[in-house]
Amino acid sequence: MRKKYTNSGSNDTRSGFGEGLLEAGRRNSNVVALCADLIGSLKMDAFVKEFPDRFYQAGIAEANMIGMAAGLTIGGKIPFAGTFANFATGRVYDQIRQSVAYSGKNVKICASHAGLTLGEDGATHQILEDIGLMKMLPGMTVINPCDFNQTKAATIAIAEYEGPVYLRFGRPKVPNFTAANQVFEIGKALLLNEGSDVTIFATGHLVWHAIEAGEILAEKGIEAEIINIHTIKPLDREAVINSVKKTHCVVTAEEHQMNGGLGDSIAQLLALQLPTPMEMVAVNDSFGESGTPEQLMEKYGLNTEAIVNAALKVISRK
Amino acid sequence: MYLIVFSQLFIIVAYKKNDKKDLFLHLKLKCKFMPTIAELQKTSTQVRRDILRMIHAVNSGHPGGSLGCADFLTALYFEIMDHNPTDFKMNGFNEDIFFLSNGHLSALIYSVLARTGYFPVAELSTFRKLNTRLQGHPTTHEGLPGIRIASGSLGQGLSVAIGAALSKKLNKDKHLVYTLHGDGELQEGQIWEAMMYAAANKVDNLIATVDYNGKQIDGPVDEVLSLGNLKAKWEAFGWDVLEANGNDMDEIVSTLKIAKLHTGKQKPVVILMKTEMGNGVDFMMGTHKWHGSAPNDEQLSKALAQLPETLGDY
Repeated sequence: MRKKYTNSGSNDTRSGFGEGLLEAGRRNSNVVALCADLIGSLKMDAFVKEFPDRFYQAGIAEANMIGMAAGLTIGGKIPFAGTFANFATGRVYDQIRQSVAYSGKNVKICASHAGLTLGEDGATHQILEDIGLMKMLPGMTVINPCDFNQTKAATIAIAEYEGPVYLRFGRPKVPNFTAANQVFEIGKALLLNEGSDVTIFATGHLVWHAIEAGEILAEKGIEAEIINIHTIKPLDREAVINSVKKTHCVVTAEEHQMNGGLGDSIAQLLALQLPTPMEMVAVNDSFGESGTPEQLMEKYGLNTEAIVNAALKVISRK
Repeated sequence: MYLIVFSQLFIIVAYKKNDKKDLFLHLKLKCKFMPTIAELQKTSTQVRRDILRMIHAVNSGHPGGSLGCADFLTALYFEIMDHNPTDFKMNGFNEDIFFLSNGHLSALIYSVLARTGYFPVAELSTFRKLNTRLQGHPTTHEGLPGIRIASGSLGQGLSVAIGAALSKKLNKDKHLVYTLHGDGELQEGQIWEAMMYAAANKVDNLIATVDYNGKQIDGPVDEVLSLGNLKAKWEAFGWDVLEANGNDMDEIVSTLKIAKLHTGKQKPVVILMKTEMGNGVDFMMGTHKWHGSAPNDEQLSKALAQLPETLGDY
């Protein structure tokens, strides 16, 4: 019997971040926040209002913001540095690499508007390489939660974790289906539906589509196991291997380039430990473009239908 | 007091006899009147020896800037900063902290840290060797006491220092944050972002310093990419700008003391220190060639001959 998931009311994951940041700030007075002229977009308003002395407006100067965040940790602060995913990673890669990752600083890089679902602003702002950039850095934790509730829980959880973290979330309102007030465990894959025919590993916005795909596949008599990989690094290797031992084929789904994304991490693990037929639902070596989020996800093959087709294809390859 | 006056008279009389031995005595006494400066000069001479020997031993490193800033960093660590060398804590609570933004001056910071007591002086012999804590450029990664951030990729240290200074303000910690930057390093855009931020937000518990030697790898800074009127630029960005001869120990100490008095006045403070790349070794001065080249055996002996051992080589 498949577990049913209900949308309790669509909301944006960035708002989950905003609420989580406020809560983390209330729980720990060492939590501070920085933003590069995008307070409203990052939903940091409530934190800024309640803790004006613990908020730093960096202006449109992301490199300096990352450096300041690294410096703030030295006095025991837990800085959350927020901006769009593109400016939070690619633009400041060297600052993150040297001042944060290599220096082992407890900085939380909070990246909104990740992926294609940024929509109309187009490819300059739609980064699809950020997970890859961040996961390549030794010691960096990479988290991509799937909905409002999970993003809020993840934000609270990373404040309590010591070490650099990349937290990725998005712009549009998406179904909110995970439990409110859930406890977020970094690095722990979440089994959403059990199945024996194929495993669908999804992350971020694609998790909801994976659930929908599972329902469509069930109508066709295919039992898909659906696993939410909210933490891409460190990957829950045990959960991946255990599921694949049962299903013997894999689909991965993510709003990211195929190069460097979740699929890439799982493919590496399976190639080394358990070679398995695999299909990847991801952007294939391309930039995005302007359009509505739905149009873009359809054009670039990142929706429920694409996951169903990938599952059917990979099952035929078993 | 009477004894000192008497001694001085005696020495002056002795000196008039033009005896070299008496001249030496005179200088020694003169040093006694300014014990700190003389001690600091002795220390910076040893630091220069350390730098040259470390770089020579692995045939790699950056002697030019390191020698040029030896006086400044010696003054800062041995005279100016309130810090705890024997009980290093990353968070730097209730102590002054320093960030080396131009990380290629690693031999210099390692020598000064060791000589102040952060780690054994003998460890200087591991500089840039496999499994060392004294990596080519400074890092926190190997847990070396005294280092709070990795540096090497230029232009990042001022931002980090601002963050640390803001953290001190939140913690109601009255101690100061110091940085050192190369003048070539100021070509990095992040520096100007940080300058703008610090002034706009009145980060006034911060003293930045610039190694203004006018030289970088490819040649004179004016030829590679001129900084224009550097003092006017810092001032235009809202900083309190001081200037000093970075190779005059007396002047650098007094300027640092003045800079401390300038903190807490709603403005960040910067000292533009005119230095000589390669200072202390005649054939390394007046050229950019020693920015990143190691001396060979012959050049090392020639250099060390100009720098008497004062505290004992490692």
